[in-house]
Amino acid sequence: MFGRLTIEALPLYSAIAAGGAAVTVGGALLVAIVLTWLKAWKYLWTDWLTSTDHKRIGIMYIVLALIMLLRGFVDAIMMRAQQAMALNAGGYLPPEHFDQIFSSHGTIMIFFMAMPFMTGLINVIVPLQIGTRDVAFPWLNAVSLWLSAAGAGLVMVSLVIGKFSTAGWTGYPPYSGIEYNPGVGVDYWIWAILISGVGSTMSGINFIVTILKRRAPGMTLMRMTPFVWTALCASVLMAFAFPAITVACGLLALDRLAGMHFFTNAHGGNMMNYANLFWIWGHPEVYILILPAFGIFSEVVATFSRKRLFGYESLVYATAAIAILSFTVWLHHFFTMGSSANVNAFFGVTTMIIAVPTGVKVFNWLLTMYRGRIDFHPSMMWSIGFIITFVIGGMTGVLLALPPADFLMHNTTFLVAHFHNMIIPGVLFGYLAGYMYWFPKAFGFAFDRKWGLRSFWCWLIGFYLAFMPLYILGLKGMPRRMETYNDPSWQPYLMVAAFGAFVVMCGIGCMVMQLYVSIRDRKLTVDRTGDPFNGRTLEWSTSSPPPAYNFAVIPTVADREPFLEMKEKGTAYARPAAYEAIRMPSNTPIGVILGAFAFVLGFAIVWHIWWLVIVSALIMFAAVIVRSSDDDSEFTLSAAEVKRIEDERFRLMGTGR
Amino acid sequence: MKLASRLRGTTAAAGAALLAGACDLRHAAVLDPKGPIALAERNLLLDAFYVMMVVIVPIIVLTIWFAWKYRASNTDAEYAPTWSNSVKIDAFVWLVPTVIVIAVALLLWRDTHRLDPYRPIESKEPTTEVQVVAQDWKWLFIYPEQGIAVVNQLVFPAGRPVSLRITSDTVMNSFYVPQLAGQIYAMAGMQTRLQMLADQPGKFVGRNSQYSGGGYSQQHFEVVAMTPADFDAWVARAKAGGNRLDAQTYPALAAKSRANPITYYSAVEPRLFDTIIDKYRHGDHAGHAPARRQ
Repeated sequence: MFGRLTIEALPLYSAIAAGGAAVTVGGALLVAIVLTWLKAWKYLWTDWLTSTDHKRIGIMYIVLALIMLLRGFVDAIMMRAQQAMALNAGGYLPPEHFDQIFSSHGTIMIFFMAMPFMTGLINVIVPLQIGTRDVAFPWLNAVSLWLSAAGAGLVMVSLVIGKFSTAGWTGYPPYSGIEYNPGVGVDYWIWAILISGVGSTMSGINFIVTILKRRAPGMTLMRMTPFVWTALCASVLMAFAFPAITVACGLLALDRLAGMHFFTNAHGGNMMNYANLFWIWGHPEVYILILPAFGIFSEVVATFSRKRLFGYESLVYATAAIAILSFTVWLHHFFTMGSSANVNAFFGVTTMIIAVPTGVKVFNWLLTMYRGRIDFHPSMMWSIGFIITFVIGGMTGVLLALPPADFLMHNTTFLVAHFHNMIIPGVLFGYLAGYMYWFPKAFGFAFDRKWGLRSFWCWLIGFYLAFMPLYILGLKGMPRRMETYNDPSWQPYLMVAAFGAFVVMCGIGCMVMQLYVSIRDRKLTVDRTGDPFNGRTLEWSTSSPPPAYNFAVIPTVADREPFLEMKEKGTAYARPAAYEAIRMPSNTPIGVILGAFAFVLGFAIVWHIWWLVIVSALIMFAAVIVRSSDDDSEFTLSAAEVKRIEDERFRLMGTGR
Repeated sequence: MKLASRLRGTTAAAGAALLAGACDLRHAAVLDPKGPIALAERNLLLDAFYVMMVVIVPIIVLTIWFAWKYRASNTDAEYAPTWSNSVKIDAFVWLVPTVIVIAVALLLWRDTHRLDPYRPIESKEPTTEVQVVAQDWKWLFIYPEQGIAVVNQLVFPAGRPVSLRITSDTVMNSFYVPQLAGQIYAMAGMQTRLQMLADQPGKFVGRNSQYSGGGYSQQHFEVVAMTPADFDAWVARAKAGGNRLDAQTYPALAAKSRANPITYYSAVEPRLFDTIIDKYRHGDHAGHAPARRQ
């Protein structure tokens, strides 16, 4: 009846694991109680969970990302604490638990923190920047969101029922195969990634079509904002790269469930094929995450330097070059697998070539600051901190791209320090810059600067304290993922790194404070103009938060910085003689239903509850049929209603507050 | 006054910590190679590092300088809100990184071939052959010429090349000796290769660097380079023991064990290494199965 699910699946094997489960369940209960107390369930359902509005979907993506950031960070600080104590089998975690933690940390941070954060920011901002009313496929957008949430849910539920994978976030076979890992952990990992990966592929397609087909009149490709350009390139990468990991995980699932041998080295299988497939997705994935962050930096640096972006065309070509080159470097993740010198050298050189367009971008941001008037808004600080920190990570990346040097440092904490040095400043700082930059646009009130700056300094200092020691430890030959070690000279560095993680925790605390203070003071800091930073691009031309239809009249674009141009010409807030009725996508519960049953489906496969697999698959199939035969998926907002909303906006704008 | 002295104290402590760190770094395994292979790898690393510094340092300095100079409150600084294009600068920012990458790529191409782990070390001295098997969670070293085997200790004569053939009897491992050779993966059903040479007698640390399960953290081994005479004596001592490694005794050794003690086998079944590889190649006994063709 319940497959291999028994009472043994509860995490009573260790007090710490049971505590983690209790916190997860308690947190979920607390949210449920608060929602009930606020009588917010209906509002939540009708206005958010069933929404097809790209802005709301984007905000829900970002909420998911922030929750998962907390979870992933708890994993991180637990690891740092363990390693700081773990000399000669010290520490508080048994290997089986430590190994789950590093696996879930990587999986969560990449798939369920960075990916939703990026998808959320693109969702909220890209339609506004290209002057359209929604993405090309609003319902598909909701499905993508709920599939991502289903995947994240599987990772979270593994804390409470069963165990998570110990195979690391890359899940290399044969370790992740059924012979060496018969438990449910690897299955949780596979199905979380498969389900959310389908969502990411569809997001990619959705954004590509949106950007190519839905731009406002006059917005040629070379008038798109840098963020839209990077979102487009990242979406192309998503659509092409995610199928590779879907295949890799799918084949691994067949090995595990159906006794096949794609990766087991028996009956002709080979683990090296998995490594290739995984990284054919994995390297573009780095650029999927980092390109939109580069776009955000470009917007932020121009806005807060109060200056046009330097070298726009160079930047666009550099972005496109990075996107293409990102498919040519995957083998540098395993120079140590025994490929011939020619193969290793080829991939080493292609890897270094990516440094050229990346270097161009760095120079362009610098030259945008040059002769500007720099406002040290938190978003600008994230950008400056990013440039300085990121070039160090780029440098260590070029070192690791040299195959003979990689033989010395592969799989050490030097590698760990390197990729965190790319992803934390390059990706996370970028998203946080975007989060603090566009928060007033999404909600219509200011985001507290003081706590934003405090958060920045804690993150920056904490980052250096946490990861510079790992570079040194890597040079000292410390492999990654060690639960215990016997070299006493490592411990001082690991203690500094743990302290760094603690400083980062203060940074996260400041982010929470920033949210609290900003929401508390929202009535005092309300922004009626929709343009708090003297913005340059279209998202600032509409109200904050924007109306459901974004633009009452679709703008006509004549410049790369259309809103700045409109303000200079005095046409920025011009009102039309008459408004027109607007067709809008209706809300639908089918997206959240699909997500819920995708979660059940994944859970049922993990535990081999086959009848439930069939039932949930049938329900999902039926839901799609119902949706496909629904001819009434849009509604009309009358011209009078549009006029009423716009009149109200301009009335409030006139009052200032 | 108190604050000043405390500040001085903190600065002194920080300075001392930095100095200690710098000294420590000089003896870091990767930066302190003890053989020609690891030395060449380290030198490539340092050469590339210095070349990179040519760009990295100016970027960091310029970022801080521009941020400070063009801060909004400094109204004396020039302000050019529409300046956004310069063909000269564009050419410069594309060309400078390109030139640097070409320079490093040339180094890379040369050294990747020179330091190919499959290429034997050229030497007038005889080469010691060792077959390496990764197990859960220990390392087995088989000496086919001497007919002995050792667990968790790799011994060889200093000043002579060592040629390793590496496989795994479990999940993927990575054989890693930072001061002598770097690393390469050990994979079941396949054979990878690595070369090393220790200039002087000495003891080094070897590890598995690819996570492989519960006993991974303790899966390290001792690497000992001896004078040739000491090595011969060591082989003779190993041969004097009574342990035999063959089809009967091997499964017990291959079973999971943590922090295995150093164990000697005075005799080894010939072709044991090939048998271990062939186990993972059902119906495909085409002899050795290299991870790549040689």
